Amino acid sequence: MVPLSWFLVLGAALFCIGVYGVLSRRNAIGILMGVELILNAVNINLIAFWRYRTPDHLTGLVFAVFVMAIAAAEAAVGLALIIAIYRTRNTVIVEDVDLLKM
Amino acid sequence: MNLIGLLSPELILLATGLLVLILDMAFHGKEGRREWLPFVAIAGLIVFLIAASFLWGTHTSLLSDMMAVDSFALFFKVVAGLSTLLVILASWDYFQGKTPYEGEFYGLLVLAALAITLAAASTDLIMVYLSMEFLSIGSYILVGYLREDPKSNEGAIKYFLYGAVASGIMLYGMSLVYGVTGTTNLAQIAQVFAAGKLTGDMLWLMLPALIMLLAGFGFKIALVPFHQWSPDAYEGAPTPVTAFLSVGPKAAGFAILMRVFLAAFPAFQLDWAAVLAAISMITMTLGNVVALKQTNIKRMLAYSSIAHAGYILIGFASVALDSPSLFNGVNGVLLYLLGYLFSNVGVFVAVIAFENATGSNQIPDYAGLIKRSPWLAGTLFVLLLSLTGIPATAGFLGKFFVFAAAINVQFYVLALVGIVNAAIAAFYYLNVARYMFFVPSQEESHVAIAPALAVALGIATFATLLIGLYPQPFIEFANQSVRLLGVF
Repeated sequence: MVPLSWFLVLGAALFCIGVYGVLSRRNAIGILMGVELILNAVNINLIAFWRYRTPDHLTGLVFAVFVMAIAAAEAAVGLALIIAIYRTRNTVIVEDVDLLKM
Repeated sequence: MNLIGLLSPELILLATGLLVLILDMAFHGKEGRREWLPFVAIAGLIVFLIAASFLWGTHTSLLSDMMAVDSFALFFKVVAGLSTLLVILASWDYFQGKTPYEGEFYGLLVLAALAITLAAASTDLIMVYLSMEFLSIGSYILVGYLREDPKSNEGAIKYFLYGAVASGIMLYGMSLVYGVTGTTNLAQIAQVFAAGKLTGDMLWLMLPALIMLLAGFGFKIALVPFHQWSPDAYEGAPTPVTAFLSVGPKAAGFAILMRVFLAAFPAFQLDWAAVLAAISMITMTLGNVVALKQTNIKRMLAYSSIAHAGYILIGFASVALDSPSLFNGVNGVLLYLLGYLFSNVGVFVAVIAFENATGSNQIPDYAGLIKRSPWLAGTLFVLLLSLTGIPATAGFLGKFFVFAAAINVQFYVLALVGIVNAAIAAFYYLNVARYMFFVPSQEESHVAIAPALAVALGIATFATLLIGLYPQPFIEFANQSVRLLGVF
């Protein structure tokens, strides 16, 4: 069987790609996609830990299902906010959204 | 008591929130009836507070150890109920002419209060995550509530992007904790560490996991490395929402921080207490120093609320629950939060009243307020004194308890930095007072206050003075509320 560490490395790599995406993207939708990658890394971790460490308790699986549902809710609100921004200023580039400054 | 009885406060809030949303739809087009919606929300919150008071002294866990009913959770139910109540009073006239969707606002606010009560009662990482996201998503919508207003939009998108990343990172930390311990229940996590039966090769994951958890909790509280969203979200949000954000989610963040770290990770207290003490010092100093040069009062209060989070964290960094001293840290946090709730929401009510009358949030426009509205200037002055921490106000009591807790565990530097910061803070709070009392204004017109706002301002000022002058019952309340399920 594939060892647990492979899944964890995959999860960690996905997490790092997600964080890189969040930090490097200028487009709000791109940042949102980075966040989704982070959440998927979490799900890989949760399911791998469940399968290898506590296969007789469903905790990890249940947690992963909740994460997916919340991610969907969060994306819905996020996209609505991005659309509202686009309507008022015709841009989704976060650097151009700079009305509030010190 | 049966399940329904133990869950009744939460169920009442849920029913109230949904009822307000449904009535808002049912009254579509009948503007006269929609004016009753805030009354429905207030009635629901009062029933909620009464139902919660019946649970005083009950200690049990619910729903397969997902939630606790204990004094600690009850304390935060009271904080959530009172702050939401004051914010609803404060938003009475605010949305007139700004948005046609006023009714949903009260529904969302009540549901956000529900999220705070759930967050404070969570005893499982799954529940912690769900209630925090419930609160966050509600708050994003509330901040961006004025959809046509570019500032409100901008505050919301910044809050959302920071929040989504912070919660993703926190979640990764939770997945590591689950992997190391094989459970998500806080009490069972603590048992795994206490039993010392961990496989050694996984243990090193705990340090990054704890830091990641702290990122998520620190985001909600606006502790310093995770605070960048808060000035923008506070300035952009509708002012009643700013008042709510500065108290409700902050209290929820502290509740979760304290419960998770005390219930699940007492084995690592030496590590996290040191990290929290460092974060507390940075948070206070940065918040206060940046607040000094703000000219927009909402932005100034945003930075001052960051600084207050730093003071509150002193209490938790110097937690010593088994110490015989009166100052065990956690009761300081609770007392501080109670005083801060009334003082800070009160200041925001005054800001809203001023904004409604003049349309301005600039501090220089407060010039000569004592002539234009003596009542507003007087109450605002008392509340600012409380935020400064002058004796005989609620703010002093909280500061006294957290500083004493730091001295109790010999964190002298932490206490000293706190005291120096309290002195710095006096400059910008009293600067507002200087404008109100000593700078003559160009305008002479009277600043009118709506009755609901006057009531909210009166309650906040009265409570601030009451806690400051007659603290005994409140100290007793906080001491009783320190009892966390599973820790005592």
